[in-house]
Amino acid sequence: MSKDKSSIFSPAVSFKNLFKKPETIKVPEENKKTAKRYRGFHINDLDKCIGCGTCSKICDNKAIKMVELENVKTELGQRNERPKIDYGRCCWCGLCVDICTTGSLQFTQDYTYINHDAESFSYIPDNKNINKIESAIGYERDQDSELLDLYRIEMQELDAESRVQSFMEIVKGFSKKQAEKEASRCVECDICTEACPASMNIPEYIRGIYDEDLEESLKQIYEDNPLPEVCGRICTHNCESICSISHRGEAVSIRWLKRYAVDNVDLAEYNKILGTEKIHQVDKKVAIIGAGPAGLSAAHYLKLMGYQITVFEAESKAGGMMRYGIPEYRLPYDKLDKDINYIKNLGVEFKFNIRIGKDISLSDIKKEYDAVFAATGLHNGRSTRIPGTENNNVYQAIYLLKQITKGEEIPLTKKIVVIGGGNVAMDIARSLARLQKKKYGQVNVLVTSLETEDIMPADQEEIEEAREEGVDFEPGRGPKEIIVSEDGSISQICTNCCVSVFDDDMNFNPTFDDQDIQNYECDMVVEAIGQAGDNSYIDDNYDIKYEGPRIKVNDKQQTSLPWLFAGGDIVRGPDVINGIKTGHNAAQGIDEFLKN
Amino acid sequence: MGKSKRTEMFFGPNHPGVPGNYGINYFYEGDTVVSAEPNPGHLHRGFEKLMEEREWIKNTPLVCRICVMEPDINEMVYAMSFEAIGEIKIPKRAAYIRSIILELARIQAHIFSIGGNCGAIGLYTAMQWGVLTRDYILDIFEEITGGRVYHIYIRPGGVRHDIEDVTLQKILDLLNDLENNRMPEFQKLIFENPIAQKRWKNTAVLNQEDALSLGVTGPALRATGLEHDVRKLMPYAAYDQVDFKVPTGEDGDAWTRLKLKKDEIFQSIKIIRQLVNNIPAGPVSLNLGNALKYKIPAGEAYVKIESSRGEYGYYVVSDGGLKPYRVHVRGTSTPLGLYGVETLLPGCRIEDVPVWAHSLGICPPEFDR
Repeated sequence: MSKDKSSIFSPAVSFKNLFKKPETIKVPEENKKTAKRYRGFHINDLDKCIGCGTCSKICDNKAIKMVELENVKTELGQRNERPKIDYGRCCWCGLCVDICTTGSLQFTQDYTYINHDAESFSYIPDNKNINKIESAIGYERDQDSELLDLYRIEMQELDAESRVQSFMEIVKGFSKKQAEKEASRCVECDICTEACPASMNIPEYIRGIYDEDLEESLKQIYEDNPLPEVCGRICTHNCESICSISHRGEAVSIRWLKRYAVDNVDLAEYNKILGTEKIHQVDKKVAIIGAGPAGLSAAHYLKLMGYQITVFEAESKAGGMMRYGIPEYRLPYDKLDKDINYIKNLGVEFKFNIRIGKDISLSDIKKEYDAVFAATGLHNGRSTRIPGTENNNVYQAIYLLKQITKGEEIPLTKKIVVIGGGNVAMDIARSLARLQKKKYGQVNVLVTSLETEDIMPADQEEIEEAREEGVDFEPGRGPKEIIVSEDGSISQICTNCCVSVFDDDMNFNPTFDDQDIQNYECDMVVEAIGQAGDNSYIDDNYDIKYEGPRIKVNDKQQTSLPWLFAGGDIVRGPDVINGIKTGHNAAQGIDEFLKN
Repeated sequence: MGKSKRTEMFFGPNHPGVPGNYGINYFYEGDTVVSAEPNPGHLHRGFEKLMEEREWIKNTPLVCRICVMEPDINEMVYAMSFEAIGEIKIPKRAAYIRSIILELARIQAHIFSIGGNCGAIGLYTAMQWGVLTRDYILDIFEEITGGRVYHIYIRPGGVRHDIEDVTLQKILDLLNDLENNRMPEFQKLIFENPIAQKRWKNTAVLNQEDALSLGVTGPALRATGLEHDVRKLMPYAAYDQVDFKVPTGEDGDAWTRLKLKKDEIFQSIKIIRQLVNNIPAGPVSLNLGNALKYKIPAGEAYVKIESSRGEYGYYVVSDGGLKPYRVHVRGTSTPLGLYGVETLLPGCRIEDVPVWAHSLGICPPEFDR
C-alpha cells in the first residue's frame, strides 16, 4: 500500500475562492468574448459570390442549399443562386469557407443566436449574419486551410526559337498524369456549361478524365460537339474565362483537357464507344452548303437522326475556316481530319469543288432535297480602303492563309506590315514570320492595330507568342496611307494615333489624332481587319430577311424560308464553337420541320 | 442475516454517474454487484458506415465527434491513416503543432476525467474546478482552431492553420498557471483528501493479467506496472523529438490510475514546453489539391496513437476512390466498456460502480459507434 500525504484540512484550500473574483461571466449582462478565428455565423458577400454551389457540395451535413435570389447580379459566369444555411444541420466545420471559390463566404465572431421561430434558423447570409447585425469577421480561409488547387498544370510547348522554324504544332499536350491532376482541379460547379455557346457537358467530360474513363469523356463531348479535336485546340474557351477557380486562381485548362481526351481515343473505336455502328435510316434528304464547323455539326447530328445528308463544299477539302483560316501550328490537319473522318464514316456524303450559285443553283438543290442548311461562312476579306491599298503588294490575310494551307507559294517580302488586332492578324503575322525565317533567316513583321494592347481582340497568349517569335507590335495606331515609291513599290505605311475605337454607345467609330503621325518602313502590307460573307447564291427568287448584315433566323436557325436554315459565321460568331452550336440547333430545327 | 435478495439495477443511460449515454444492467446482492452486462446502443450513430459514404475531406468534421472529450485523437488517427496509405509526409512544423494540440487535449481530458471521478464520489467542487480549468485550455483551442470542443484542425497533409508566436506564448503562460497555481490546488483538494483516498484506494482494481488478456491499454494498464505508451513505442507526430517519462503505478486501483493521470499532466506540460521552444519554422500543411477530389491509392493501414485513455487506432481501407472503403475505429475503452463489465465489475460495491466506470476511462461513444 502506497503512503500518500493526506490531511482533513487539505480540502479547505477551496475556501480561499470565497474571496476571489468569480471566473465565470454573467450572460447576458456580460457576453463571452470570442477568439478572432471563432467559427460563429456565416456572412456572404452577395456581389462577390457567383452561386457556384461549391460550399453546398463540400458541406458534410447537407446544411447548405442553393436558393434563387432576385436581387443579385447574373452576368455570364454567375448564377442567381446563393447559399442558404440551415443552422439546424450546420456543424460549423467551416469547410465551406475554406473551399469558397470566390472567397465571399466567411464567419463572424458571434457566439449565440436565439429565436423561438424554428424557420428562422435557415438563413441566407449576406453582409449581415443571422443576428441581422454586421459583426466582426471571425474565421477566414488562409493559405494553409486552402481546399482548392489554384494553379494549373503548365502546358509543355515548343520554345519560340523552335516554333518559328516550322509549322509544327506548338502545344505538346498533357500526359496522362498531368491530365488527371488538371482534371482533379475541377469542382464541377457547371458554370462553364452555362457560358459555353454549345452548352457542353464540361464537368462530366473532365470527370471522365479524372476517373480514367476516356470513353465516358468522349460520349459526353459528342453530346454537343462533333469537332472536339478542333475545339480542344483552338476554341475561344469562354468556359475558362468564367471558370469559378479563376476568381482566386487559374482557370481549369478545360480546352487542353478536351484535347487530351480525344487525342487518346483511337478513331477506330469511336463508333463502338458512341453507339453509332448502326444508325436507323430515314428516307429524307438534307443538303448542307459549306463544310465548315456549322455544316459539319449539322451533318453529324442530322446523320445520327437517320437523314440522308449531302454536304456541298466549294473547296477541295472539308473544314472551312478551320482548314483554310487557322494555321497548322495551331490546328494540325491530321487532327482536323480525325474529326471530319468520323463524320464521313457515319455515312455523310461530301461533294467537293462545288460552289452553290455558280456550279449549281440553290433552286436546283431545293428541288432535290427536303431541307437545306446554309453555312457558307465569311470567306471574303475586307479592306481598309486607305490610299495605296490598290497596290499589288497589298494583300488580305484571309486569302494568304488559304494559299498557305493549299501549299501554294505566297508573296513574301522582307519587311511586312499587318493591319489588324484580332486572331486572324495574329495567324497571318505568325505564319509570315515562319515563312520569312525560312526564306530570309530573320523575322520582320510589324502588326499595327487601332486597339491598344489592353483591348486588342486577339487572345493575349497569341500576342505574347507572336512577340516571342519576333513579331513587332505598334498597337493604338490607325493606318492612314500606304506610301508607294515612284517605281511602284511600297516604301512605308503612314499611321496616326487612334484616340478611341468605340463611341459612348460602344459602336465602332474610331477617332484619330493627326498630330501624332508615325511612318513604318515596309514593302508589303497585309490587311486583317475582318471578313465578309457572300450570300449571293440566295438569289432574288427568294425573299429572305436579314437582321443587319446577317441572315435572320429563329432559335432553330430557320430563315424566313421554312425549308432553308442558316448557321455558322453568317448568322453568329465568328468562331468555331458558335458554328457548332448553330449546326446542332439547325439539325434539331430541320428534324422538327421534316417531321411536321 | 439471511441470504440477500438478488435485485436487478439499471445503471444508465441517464444516470449522472455514467460517463455518457451508456448503460450497465447489473444484479446485486446486499451492496455488491454479482453479475453485470453492458447495455450499449443508446449512442449508436453509425460513424463507421457514414464515413464510407463521404469524400475523404468530409470525414474530418465527423471523426472528431466520436469522442467528445478528446476529439483531436480522432482527427489525428484519421489524418495519419490517410497519410499512411497515400505515403504523404507532412511538414515538420505541422508534426510539432500536432503534438502540441494532442498534449493540450490530453491535459484537458485528464483534468476533466479527474473532475469526473471526483463527481463520482461526490466531491463536486473538484468537478467544477475540472470543468473550469479545462475551459481555459479550450480558450487556447478556440484561438488556434476557431472551435472550442470540435477543432477540426488536424487534417490530411498537416494542420489547418499555423500557430502564431503570441499564441504559443499564451500556451506557455497557461501551462505555468496550471503547474504553479491550479495543480497544487487540485493536489490539496483531491489528492491529499483522506475521503477521496479512502474511496479510490483498492477500488475497481484491475490486475495486469486481466488487463493484458482483455487488451486494456493506457493509464489502466500502466497502473498495473507495465510501461506501455504508444508515444514511446511507435513515436508519431513529433514525439521522437521530446524527452518525457511514462509514469507507472503498481496497485492497479482507481487511486493509482488517477495519480497517474495527474503525473501525466506534468509530463505533458514538459512535452509542450519542449515542443514550443524548439518548434521549427516552415509550412504547416501540404496542398493536397482540390479537396472534393482527394484520392489515395488502394491500400490499407492501421494507425494508432496514445490517447488520454490508451491506445486509439483506426483501420482504414482505401479502394483508390474518392471515399474510404472501410474505416474501423478501435476505441480505447472497447475492452472494458463491453467485455470488462461482465468479468470485472462483479464484486464491486454499488456506490463504486461510477468510480469503476470513470477511473477505467470508459468512453461509450468510441465503442458504441
